[in-house]
Amino acid sequence: MRTLGALVAAGVALAGVPLLELPAFYESFFYLVFFWTVLATSWNILSGYSGYFSFGHGAFFGTGMYTTATLTMKAGMPFLWTLPVCAGIAALFGVAIGAVVFRAGRLRGELFALLTLAVSYVLATVILNTPIDGGPGVSLAAVAIPRLAATPPSTFYLLALAAAIVTLAVAYQVQYSPLGRGLFAIHDDEDVAEVLGVPTYRYKLAALAISCALAGVAGGIHALFVSYVTVGETFSIVVPLSVVLMSVLGGTRHWLGPAIGAALITALLYAFTASDYAVAGRAAVGLILIVVILFMPQGVLGQLLRWTARPQPKPGSGLEFTHRHAAIQDLTPLLSATGVSKAFAGVQALAGVDLVVRRGEILGLVGPNGSGKSTLINVVSGHYRADSGRVVFAGSEIERLSAHRIARLGIARTYQIPRPFAHLSVLENVTLPAMFGHAALARAEAEREAMRWLEYTGLAPKALVLPGELNLHQRKFLELARALAARPQLLLLDEVLSGLTPSEIDGAITLVRDIRAQGASIVFVEHVMRAVMQLADRIVVLSYGRVIAEGSPAEVMGRPAVVEAYLGKAHA
Amino acid sequence: MPSLALLAQSLASGIFIGALYGLLGLGLSLAWGLLGQINLAHFALALLGAYLTYQLGTAGLDPLATLAIVLPAFFVFGAALHWLFARFAVSAFNSLLVTFGLTVIIEAAIQWIWSADFRRLESHYADIRYRVGTLYIPLPELLTLALAVALSLALWAALRYTDFGKALRASAEDASMAQAFGVNAKALALLLSGISAALAGVAGLCIALSYTLAPSQIYAWVGVVFAVVMLGGLGSALGPLIAGIVIGVSEALTMAFTAPSWAPLVSFSLLIALLLLRPEKI
Repeated sequence: MRTLGALVAAGVALAGVPLLELPAFYESFFYLVFFWTVLATSWNILSGYSGYFSFGHGAFFGTGMYTTATLTMKAGMPFLWTLPVCAGIAALFGVAIGAVVFRAGRLRGELFALLTLAVSYVLATVILNTPIDGGPGVSLAAVAIPRLAATPPSTFYLLALAAAIVTLAVAYQVQYSPLGRGLFAIHDDEDVAEVLGVPTYRYKLAALAISCALAGVAGGIHALFVSYVTVGETFSIVVPLSVVLMSVLGGTRHWLGPAIGAALITALLYAFTASDYAVAGRAAVGLILIVVILFMPQGVLGQLLRWTARPQPKPGSGLEFTHRHAAIQDLTPLLSATGVSKAFAGVQALAGVDLVVRRGEILGLVGPNGSGKSTLINVVSGHYRADSGRVVFAGSEIERLSAHRIARLGIARTYQIPRPFAHLSVLENVTLPAMFGHAALARAEAEREAMRWLEYTGLAPKALVLPGELNLHQRKFLELARALAARPQLLLLDEVLSGLTPSEIDGAITLVRDIRAQGASIVFVEHVMRAVMQLADRIVVLSYGRVIAEGSPAEVMGRPAVVEAYLGKAHA
Repeated sequence: MPSLALLAQSLASGIFIGALYGLLGLGLSLAWGLLGQINLAHFALALLGAYLTYQLGTAGLDPLATLAIVLPAFFVFGAALHWLFARFAVSAFNSLLVTFGLTVIIEAAIQWIWSADFRRLESHYADIRYRVGTLYIPLPELLTLALAVALSLALWAALRYTDFGKALRASAEDASMAQAFGVNAKALALLLSGISAALAGVAGLCIALSYTLAPSQIYAWVGVVFAVVMLGGLGSALGPLIAGIVIGVSEALTMAFTAPSWAPLVSFSLLIALLLLRPEKI
């Protein structure tokens, strides 16, 4: 709230600048700073936060420019009225593209960048060849400039200032809202974010819509500012490249980063244009870009934030499990899978698996490598969709639900090879599932819950470091803490013990027992047989995608079929 | 409906412009696919090569002979660029940003030296044109096609059959594994990056022979050549030429049947369709 207040105060103070009656030159310089701030910051809300780098920002900005040009010149609409329309049309256009692109596989990185670039070329061609432009460009010279201030430059200054303040406020709000948390998680590992309960598809669409709407408004204002709109200038590749450049220069992981980059670059270009060295100015910008990316890949602001001191971890409130009921083992099914099959390019990973997990039990899921254990976990948690079969969890059918909805219902999982969000602190890693998983807590409470689980797993001293600083044992426990913070009813543990030393395994076994004692049911995929025998109430043996045995650990592991699946046939 | 002669002429010009797309895309595709380097500066380099050809040609040197100067210089430049990327462990995406910075610098340098005015190389090659039936085929464009075909085939064969090529493909797939098997991945990468930049020099020669030069020309082909590179398959030597000719011809036909300004629609719609329907093919 304090930050938003400061933003508004800065806006009000800057709104007084026209009263100083400076030469118009200053106002147009600041206009450009604000204009690029809006464009770069709006780009960053999707691309910086979620890592979906778009090169199509020119298209959304251009949508705004041509919306205003068309509505004012052809429909006679007053200029200010066109701005909300610009936001709406640009957002609609973005959502339409996102609805297709975000569904089509995993188009990330360079491919997403190229796709968005291609979209802007297509849009440019269509506008150029239809009456929207038709070739010569559209002149807005006849459009009345609203009299918000004494002179037109002052009016443009105020308009762009208002747009910049609103954009920064939105970027700030998004960064610290659940949406922002989700977007940062998507940036690091989209699959894991989805499994922990982040509605990734909806969040990406929302971020794109916000980003496009703001760019559309910037376009609308800029159309009147330049007063002559052409396809060549509007859709030039220089626009998206500059926006990316400013954001990366300032820092893409902070709401204020792009604004700093925009101010730096605009000032630099302006300083050189004012003198006789415009060409040298552009070369300097190029050189600065290279140096920043090589030496400060986090951007100017990212680097500054790294230098400032880290906050101390809040002391946790100690272990309390009052919200958890005592262990119950009432033997009613919590999860039941019937006839679940899944094939990958000809390999039948699961061939009609039937499986029941009872409330309060620890079910050991064992079988040789490639028997389908991990696939089963991936199907139950919603990462893969089963080819056929039913999965019922706590009374609801889940085999068609997306992973984040399954997480909400109360299933959490760990990964055999830990997959922490690399750019989020250990605490933030654990806070995320507490917000988005079954627990669905508000942020402050989620953070307390996360701290609790960090203490429980012995990671509390590491709460504020990045996961890269943890060793394997700690990363495994981070996986566990992340799954537990969601307060799941069913916990799927995928080889949490592999790679740990014998004494670490003993510690983990105690931990798993504790977890069950607090009321969660556990499916436990493991190769460490000692642990399976000690922990499991029941075990299920998979081989070639089928259940070949089921029963108490000691009895099942002695069966000839099970021995054969592990060791091969005995030739006596 | 355009006449048959016009159709044939636009088909031919589509093939020729496609050959230039392919030639520009060749170095880009190899560096991207095999080195993970997205070199936006490839276009600036090509145009710089064109200006150098123009300068040396105007000074009296035969345009083809300028390659003797441009190619070694560009080779060194390309190798140095990769050395920089390796030294700072620049990711694929950041290489795009760094080379954008480089593009801006080269563009400024070109404007500084040759000004923003149009420049045109006067050479005796430009006046030679062959007549085939009703078609006129200018020598510079024929030369572009011949160079594109020859270089694409040569690199394709080198990648496929020589130890150099096999080692390169192996280290593109898994650099540390290839190194464990005795491949000098670092030296190979420097070599390939140098070759890729030298290819930009060849494209520059072709541009100087056929086009009027201006600094802003750097950005003219970025979109379409990226489309060509993606359609042709990253790291492929023959792909860019084939995709370039497909796009060149479809653009030329679009121009013949509708208006020239509709041409970009074809290539970019193709690219979008490919990205959405077969992303795994890239």
